[in-house]
Parts: sequence; structure tokens; C-alpha cells
Amino acid sequence: MIKATINNVEIEAPEGTSILWAAKKAGFTIPTLCNHPDLKPGGQCGICVVEIEGIPGLKRACMTPVGEGFKVKTHTPRIMATRRQLVELILSNHDTDCLTCVKNNNCELQQLASIVGINVHDYSRSGERLPIDRSSVSIVRDPNKCILCGRCIQVCSNVQTVDALAVNHRGFDTVITTAFDAGLGNSVCINCGQCVVHCPVGALYEKSATEEVWEALHDPDKFVVVQEAPAVRVMLGEEFGMPTGSLVSGKMHAALRRLGFDAVLETNFTADLTIMEEGTELIDRLTSGRNLPLITSCSPGWIKFMETYFHDLIPHMSTAKSPQQMFGALAKTYYAEVKGIDPGKIVSVSIMPCTAKKFECQRPEMNASGYQDVDYVLTTREIGRMMREAGLDVKEMPDEPPDDILGDYTGAATIFGATGGVMEAAVRSAYRLVTGKELENVEIKPVRGLQGIKEAEIDIDGTRVKVAVAHSCGQARKLLNKVQDQIAKEGKSEYQFIEVMACPGGCVGGGGQSWGSNMAKRARRGESLYEEDRSLPLRRSHENPSVLALYEKFLEKPNSEKAHKLLHTHYYKRSTVDGKIKPAS
Amino acid sequence: MNLVRNHVLISIDAGTIMAGARAVEKALVDEINRQGLAGEIAVLETGSIGATGQGVVIVVYPEGLYYANVTSEDASEIVEEHLLKGRPVKRLIMTEMPRQQVIRKEKAGLLKEQARIVLRNSGVINPENIDEYIAEGGYEGIERAFTELKPAGVIKEIKDSGLVGRGGAAFTTAMKWDFASKAPGDPKYIICNADEGEPGTFKDRLILEGDPHKLIEGMMLAGYAVGAAKGFIYIRGEYALSIERLEKAITQARLYGLLGENILESGFSFDLAVMKGAGAYVCGEETALIESLEGKRGHPRNKPPYPVTEGLWGKPTVVNNVETLANVPEIIRNGAAWYRGYGTDKCPGTKVYTIIGNVATPGLIEAEMGTTLRDIIYEYAGGIKEGKKFKGALVGGAAGAFMGPEMLDAKMDFVNLKEYAAVLGSGAILVMDESTDIVGMLQSVLHFFKHESCGHCVPCRLGTKQLVEIVDRIAGGKGKVEDIESLVKISEVMRDTSFCPLGQSLNLPISSSLKYFRDEVYGRVQQPA
Amino acid sequence: MNREAILKKFEPNLSNILYIMHDLQDNNPEKYLAKEDIEACADYLNVPYSYVHSVASFYTMFSLKPRGRNIIRICESPPCHLMGADSLIDYLKGSLKVDIGGTTKDGMFTLELTSCLGVCGVAPAMMLNEEMFGNLTPEKVDSILDKRRKEI
Repeated sequence: MIKATINNVEIEAPEGTSILWAAKKAGFTIPTLCNHPDLKPGGQCGICVVEIEGIPGLKRACMTPVGEGFKVKTHTPRIMATRRQLVELILSNHDTDCLTCVKNNNCELQQLASIVGINVHDYSRSGERLPIDRSSVSIVRDPNKCILCGRCIQVCSNVQTVDALAVNHRGFDTVITTAFDAGLGNSVCINCGQCVVHCPVGALYEKSATEEVWEALHDPDKFVVVQEAPAVRVMLGEEFGMPTGSLVSGKMHAALRRLGFDAVLETNFTADLTIMEEGTELIDRLTSGRNLPLITSCSPGWIKFMETYFHDLIPHMSTAKSPQQMFGALAKTYYAEVKGIDPGKIVSVSIMPCTAKKFECQRPEMNASGYQDVDYVLTTREIGRMMREAGLDVKEMPDEPPDDILGDYTGAATIFGATGGVMEAAVRSAYRLVTGKELENVEIKPVRGLQGIKEAEIDIDGTRVKVAVAHSCGQARKLLNKVQDQIAKEGKSEYQFIEVMACPGGCVGGGGQSWGSNMAKRARRGESLYEEDRSLPLRRSHENPSVLALYEKFLEKPNSEKAHKLLHTHYYKRSTVDGKIKPAS
Repeated sequence: MNLVRNHVLISIDAGTIMAGARAVEKALVDEINRQGLAGEIAVLETGSIGATGQGVVIVVYPEGLYYANVTSEDASEIVEEHLLKGRPVKRLIMTEMPRQQVIRKEKAGLLKEQARIVLRNSGVINPENIDEYIAEGGYEGIERAFTELKPAGVIKEIKDSGLVGRGGAAFTTAMKWDFASKAPGDPKYIICNADEGEPGTFKDRLILEGDPHKLIEGMMLAGYAVGAAKGFIYIRGEYALSIERLEKAITQARLYGLLGENILESGFSFDLAVMKGAGAYVCGEETALIESLEGKRGHPRNKPPYPVTEGLWGKPTVVNNVETLANVPEIIRNGAAWYRGYGTDKCPGTKVYTIIGNVATPGLIEAEMGTTLRDIIYEYAGGIKEGKKFKGALVGGAAGAFMGPEMLDAKMDFVNLKEYAAVLGSGAILVMDESTDIVGMLQSVLHFFKHESCGHCVPCRLGTKQLVEIVDRIAGGKGKVEDIESLVKISEVMRDTSFCPLGQSLNLPISSSLKYFRDEVYGRVQQPA
Repeated sequence: MNREAILKKFEPNLSNILYIMHDLQDNNPEKYLAKEDIEACADYLNVPYSYVHSVASFYTMFSLKPRGRNIIRICESPPCHLMGADSLIDYLKGSLKVDIGGTTKDGMFTLELTSCLGVCGVAPAMMLNEEMFGNLTPEKVDSILDKRRKEI
């Protein structure tokens, strides 16, 4: 342990602790800008500088470990003046149209300017205005707001290993952008939105669909249905100041209904359906021994990543569509038929913790119903904005159930939102499908939690199935490199079933979550999902009565021809240069 | 066997090539052959003799006579008159001779001559011939290291010599080597920083072009001392001739068994590779250089860890400047005590300067530590051009400090200059005569930094931009007194918070220009009513 | 030489990236790194396309847009400034009718600025392609460029 003083407060900290964290222990929050708790400090902004007695100059608290006997000062007049100067410099090259910025009130630079007390503005804004990149269907990038903190690069490159964005050019001309400024929509970007949720300012945000949804809600000719992803119910409360991870399923239904949706349905319903389809696929593969391991396909960011960097594994992919797209295909067929609504008048909206879902719903093959299956995807942030605009506060809502016939869900569906959840849900049902018996203890703890790659061996009545779970594309890359290696060397992999989610933590850490997130918050949201699972009477997908009714009345059985047409899909090879589909060779 | 009676040395360096040295060389050889003197007169290439701006320079031995501004058309006259008839061609004799050369050749044995340590062979031997380096005592240092000193002895000898880095930071060389030798990790690396980009500096280029084997031997000694088997020379992409000469020299050294496996049966193996930069001043900063060598953008790393513990590919790495390494073979060959005979107690040895700007004979000189600026300008560089008055000098490159006339008698060394808040830096001395516009000079310095900032950190990326806007305003006559205050304020924030020395050092030219030329700078802004 | 032949000259190590890009650029008739060059380099070194672009854009000796057949790189560092580089740069801009970074209409010359070339003894100086020229005056620059025009 190292002993030091921070502003005369004595502290003890383990060796290697940064001054930033040591100061926090002493009760002082040193202002920062580029620093993020989940990322390595890059030292770009210099805001966190402190004085250390006997050491000349100022040192960055984020990347200087506290040393034995250090006497640190965190807010002398010199330090405070320096911080003000640095913030002024940042503002000299930042669009300060705060009132019209998507990050207004959530901007870390805005907060910092207020903390250090910027009241005069000495420097003129310098530099040309750069064009805003709107080429992506998911993400907008405004370089005029970018402060080059490098967080987006760290997540895109190190955490996700996607490498769509990079630091280009140098000096004052430095800009974070895609190669040759081609735009995110013409790059390998997988639309995961991790850059968006790590951006401290308004330089990266989702491409909003709120206007289109408002139009639809007020169009008397349209029948607007809405589905909500599992993770949204543990995120939406945060938009209204509730504690992180508050479970608001019932309040969410109520608020959506009040917003004017004609039917409030559930992605959780199709999550259960996914298990039926994917579980059946797993049993088929295990029986035939072909194309193992089976790899999950719920995460659209992961799908584009796979198509770009691992397309040789396409035969291993589950052909089951994601719950969002299964819902989309059923809303304009089964639902329309049963409810007697012209599918052409149905507007299908989904509320997602995700930005990649915006890309997924616009994939040209996602029109099994004869229409675009899902019309608009809104992130948790967007629906939060709409509710606030309508004067709705989720906190104040009563608990209401979803509507039928695409509304019921089990505990297995709700845990889809956390990494390992799809795996756990699939095992619960696969056990039944193989053995005809119910799994007694449905909680499969080894696949839960935030460890990068999780492994487990499941005993299905004597058959041992080795499974692995990866969250974040960087971890997926590691796992799949191993799989590729094993297949190349030994003809088969040690794993039979793999779950991949593109985002760290799974969907609770998606690119559509509330601003100001971090791994600790993702973990708390995940725990809330497991709580809901425990609280529900049904915890196995194959017990969902509405799903059973769907098969009985419409689809016949899992993996039937009709199920295949509506609920399954196919994949493409994509270019590592522009992310576009490569013509089949 | 033919007895060669005359040697004609032709200086082939980037400067003289520009002036047409290759054509002159060819014309001389052709003319000698035509006159049938081929066996008697040898034309040899050498590096820079230290003078620049005097066109093609040749030296005829044994007379030691220098000709300047020689053209191909002059070749026949030189051969006919001087080499055949023994009558020097008066109109071509160099008039503005580098003083050092005069002393060396005409008063051999004087102290000034011995002050050439780093440049001892430059302009004397043919850099493309390893035998000439060996004939001048080359590779004796590494032999002494193998047989007598052993690695610990090499470090001790360097420590005793008091050698400090010549790249600018003046860090004790032996300490760097000692840290690296003791640092856990394998393999270890030696990197020669030849990314010479400090404006006004070209000493490393002339060492590389004039005596590449000295650098190779210096790197071998460093490698032997710290236990490294591989060295890299990171060299500016613009230095085409240096790269060519170095690669030739490395090939020759390999052929002689001086590089490669088990050198001279010592059990020590060492090899070198030349890596070419691509235009980035910041890569002169050691960690940015390492990043670039690894194939990345040249962004500086956070320190600590320092390269001696975690450098290239995370391994212990010594990064030394060309001039530093060029001192090493001489120290090892002659001993630390000999080396301490030069310079001052606190700063032993010599410093190589590039003296340029408004001086009569711009060029490269090597002078003992502690020599005054006055001596360097007036003794070595022939004083101010066209008899004008000395106004000041920018010493140490763009990251250096301006000096006024009151600094003429300051002793130039790393320790002494610190007391005047100045630096020796790279050893560039840009001399300004009375007609120089200081604001214009400052403007040029600040534009340079804006262009070369890597963009990683806020203070440097945005600070340089603001400084340039302000200095442009002052130069354009639209500045205010507050603008000068802003220059100082911003550069102080940059000094305190920039991530690397590039942004940190910019305060120096600004504060020193105000220290020595305050009235002139304030005279350029609108006076408050 | 085709791209493949250039790549094959080097071991596929990341530390060779600058060498590879130097050669690819020299080989490109428009003296720049085209998308295809960046892609070839990325594939060969097994690094992301965006990475290669990012590195290339850092170094001034690489261009990511087409340039003229000859590259003029004129020094603007303090030593050349002291010896009159500014007026020379203005003269060149005027006589070539281009701005810094621009290419003449006939595609003959691209005018660029460079930091110190290390030939300050003969300031002001410039590089024309691989060749250095010093002690420049407007007349001298004219004759150098005229000579180059005639050589082509």
C-alpha cells in the first residue's frame, strides 16, 4: 500500500492506483473530460492536471500513479486557471450550439465548462465547418462537435475490433473519421453504437426516427404497433431519473399506450419464439453433428461483424432471425390476419437498446411479410424524448400488461437482454426438447456475468454440450479465432453452441442506452433482468401459451416451411473496405 | 604499382550534389584520363567538409588547397594548370574558408584541431570505403570493448567520460545504458534517432553522409553494453543520400564480419536495419519514434514507462541521437580521461553546431563545450554577412531560444545555458543580422509548430492554432497588447500541460523573444489610447 | 511494377508499413496512395483498411489525393524564412497559378510546403521530387522548372 496526501487528506492506495482514483478516495473528484471509467486513459485533454510537491510542472491525474509520500494538490489557483484555459481552447474548436444539440443537459463538456467556471470566451472559433456524416442508417457523426478525446476510437478499435473509425491527418487538421472520409454508411461500421454511448459530447448520435413515428401515431389511417426489447424495460427508467436498472415493464406498457400506439406488444414474445426455432435448430445440428458449433444470430451488430470478418463461419450461424425481425414478419401476417387489419396499414415500430437494429430492419431481405417487416426502430433515448415531449413520466405510470396476441412472455425471454441470456434460455428449452423432461434448476450461473468469454458444460441427460458465450466483438473475435483454429487443425471445435452479443454486457450495454453509461451500470441492469425472470410464473420459452397458440394456429411447428419463410434468414459476405455485400464468387 | 602523387577529394553531400558535384566529379575523372594521369591522381569522394553554400568544393592534397564553386567547365583548367603544371587556379581558391579547416590543415597539432571528435573523419575519408575508416582507427573501440572492457566496462568508461545526449534533452548516456542493461526483458534494442528535423539542424545528416561507420561502431558498442542484438537507425525519409551511404556501410561491415553473428569471435552478435521515416518532426521525440518504427502514427507515449524499460515492442530500448553515438567509439578508443580533456568540467567533450542564417560562412563546426557564441559566430563562421551588425540568434532550433547581443559572451554548454533559460538543443544556431524582423521569425517558428503538432493533446493541437492566429494578427499590424499577453498565457499552459516536449517547448521561443526584443514586439501592436 | 510485386519485396510485418507505402506511392503514376494502394497494403499486413489510411494521413510525405507528375516541396522553416522563403513561396504560387497543395492545370507540378530539409546552409531551399535545390531566387526556380518541363 502506498501512503500519500491529497489536499492534506491522508490516503492509502494499492500500488499503481492513479492519482484520479486516489483523490476520489480522499473525497475529491478531479474534473476530467477524455477519461472514461471503462477505458484506458489517453491523456488527450489535460483537464485533470494536478500539482505534486517537488515535481516540476503539472501532471495528469488520470495516468500518473500515486507514489509513496506524494503530496498532491488538486485545485490550486494555478491549476484552476490552467483548466479554464484548456476548456477555453476546447471551446475554440467546438460548435457551441448547446440548446439545439442532442446532448444538451447530458454533455460532459457542458458540465465541465460549468464546473471550471467559463464565463468569458477569449478565443474566436477557428477552423472550417466540416460536413456532417449522415451516410449511415444508424449513426450520425458531427465532426464540428468532436473534441478528439479518442473514446470512440478505443471502443471501435480495441473493444470491438471493428476499426470503422480512426484518427486521421494530424495537428489542427486531425479528424476522427472513416478512411477517405467515405462515411460510416460506406464503411465496416457494424452500427453497434458503442462510439455513440462513449462520446462525451454531441459528435455521435443515433439517426432519429421520432418524427416519422409521431407522423404515424397521428395518422388515422395507420395502425401502429410497438414492440419493446428485453433490455429496454431495465433502461427506460433511467431516462426519467430512476435508479439505474429500475425494472419498469408495466410502466413502459402504460406510457407507450398513452403515447398513442394502437397495440403495445412485446419483443419478449418473439424472444421466446426464437428459442423454439433456434433450440430446434440446435437439436438438429447436435443430432446430425453438422456445422457445429451453432452460433446465435440475435445481435445485428454481431451479424454484420460476422459477415465482414468471419464469413467462413456462415454455415455455423443459426438461420433464425432476431426477435425484432420475427416480430416484424408476424405483425404484418399472423397478427394482421387474426385481428383483421390490412397489413399495408400497419406501421411496425420497435423500441430497442440498440442502434444496429435500425440497420437490421432496413436490410432488403427483411420483408417476409411482403412489406418492410419493421418500419421504424427507436432507441431507448428516442422513446424517452418522445415521452417527455408528450408530458409522460414513466415514474408516474401505473403498471399495465401488454396487449395480446404477441404480448405474453416468460422469464427466459426477458434474460435475452443480458449476455449469456440467450444461451441460458436455449438450454432451458433444449433440455425439454431432447429429453422430454423439464430442467429442474433453470438458473445456469456459469454463463451469467461480465467476464469476457464464459464457458460451461451442460449435461443434457447424458449428452455433454460444451457452450461458450462472448460479449463485445473483440471477445467474439478471440473466441472465433480459436474455433476456426480448432476446425482447421482438428476438423471440429470443442464447442457445440456459442452465443455472441456485439455489445459489452449484451443488450443492456447496447448503443441505444441512456447517456453516461458504464460497465457497472450495465451489470446492474443485467441483475434486474434476472430478477424479473425469477418473479415470473413461467420461465421456459416452450411454456409460453401465446407461442404455443401461434404454432397451433399458424406456423404448425418449429422449423416448418412457413416458419422458415417468415422466421429465418440468410447471410452475405461483406467487404472489409466498405462493408458492402460482395457479389457471390 | 603506381604511385599516386595527388589526391583530389570531392565533397559529396546533399548540399554539393545540389550544386552539381556528381557532374564535376565525372568531368574531373574524364579530364584526368584524357591527360593520361589516371595512375598518378586519384579522385576520392568524401563527406561534407563543413562549409555549405559554396557550391562544389574540392580539396587537392598534399597541398591541402580548397577550391569552391567548381563547375564542370573548370575541370580541364584545374587538371591542366594545377595537377599537371603545379599552378593553382587562383580564381577558384576558397576565400571564405571554414576557420576550423584552416587551423586543421595549416597549424596541425594545435588544440583547435584536436577539438574534432565527432567530425574527425568527415571530409577526410571516403565514407563509402570501410578500409579508410579502419585506417583512421575505426573499429578499435569495439575491439577494446571485447578484449578489455567487457559490457560493464563500456558503461563505466562512458559514465566516466560524462557524455550526455546530444539530441537536445542532455540526459546522461551511461545512465540510459545502465537502466536498459539491468531492465528485465529480452530481446533488447538500440535505436539511433536520425530523424533530424529541428529546423536549422543538419549535423546528423553530415555525420551520416561523411562517416557512417562511426555511427555503426557507436551502435555496436551501445548494443554490446546493454546486451542488445539488434539495432535500428530511424532516419528521415528526405535524407536519401544518408540512407544510401548507411546501407552501403552496413553491407560492408557485414562483409568484414563486424556485423552479424559472433563478431570477431567475441560471442557478441549484432545487426542493424535502416528504417525510413515519412515526414513528421514529432518522430524525433523518442517514444513517437518508437511508435513510428512499430508501424503506427507517430504519437508520443506516456512516460513512465520509459523506453529503457518498455520501448520498442515493449522491450528495453536505448534511443540515442546520431551525434551522441558518434562520440562513443572515440571515447572507448581513447578513454574517458582523454575525452574529459575537452570541454568544461560539467560538460565534457564537444558539440557539433550548424551555423546558418546571416553569417559569412554558414556550415558545420565542432567546438568544445563552453565556447562562446561570439567565438562560434566570429571565429568559425566568419562573422556577419556583408559586415552587418549582429542582432540575435535563435539557438537550439525552433524549440530553442532567441538570444540577444548580451548573450554573445555566454559559454555555450548544456549546464551554463540553463542558467540563462536557454538551451543548446540540437546545436542549430540561426544568426540574424540587424535587418531581421523578430515578429516574422516568431511567426515562422509558430507556424512550424502548428504544422508539426501531432494533434493528440488539446493544449498543443488547439494552442498552436490560436498562437498562429494571434501572431499573424500582430505581424499584420492588427495586434493589440492583450494579444502579446495571450501568446504568453497560452504558451505557458502548453508548457505545463502538453503531452510531449513538442508542445512543452514552445514557450521558450516566445518568452525569449520578449526577453531580448520586448520593445520591438510591443512596438508592433496597436498602442492603447 | 504491379502492387503485388512491390508488396512481395517486404516481409509482411507492420514495421514495414512506411517502406511499403513509400514504394506504392512512388509506383502510382499520380504520385499518391489510392484506395487500392491502401487496400493492398492492409490486406498484405493483415491490418484494418482504416488503420493504413490513418497512418498514411499522419506523414507529410504521403498524399491521399492525386498529385501532379512532379512534386515541389518548398521549405518554410525559420532558416529558410530568414533567407526569404516567404516571397519565394508567393512567387511560386503566382507563377504556377496554384495554392499550397494544388496542382497546375497541365498536371505538371504540385506545390507543397515542407518542414526543414536540413540544407539550411543554402537557404531558401526546395525539393523537386527526390532532388534538392538551394540558394533559390525566382529566376533560379524558373530555370529549374523550365528544365524539368523540357525533360518530359
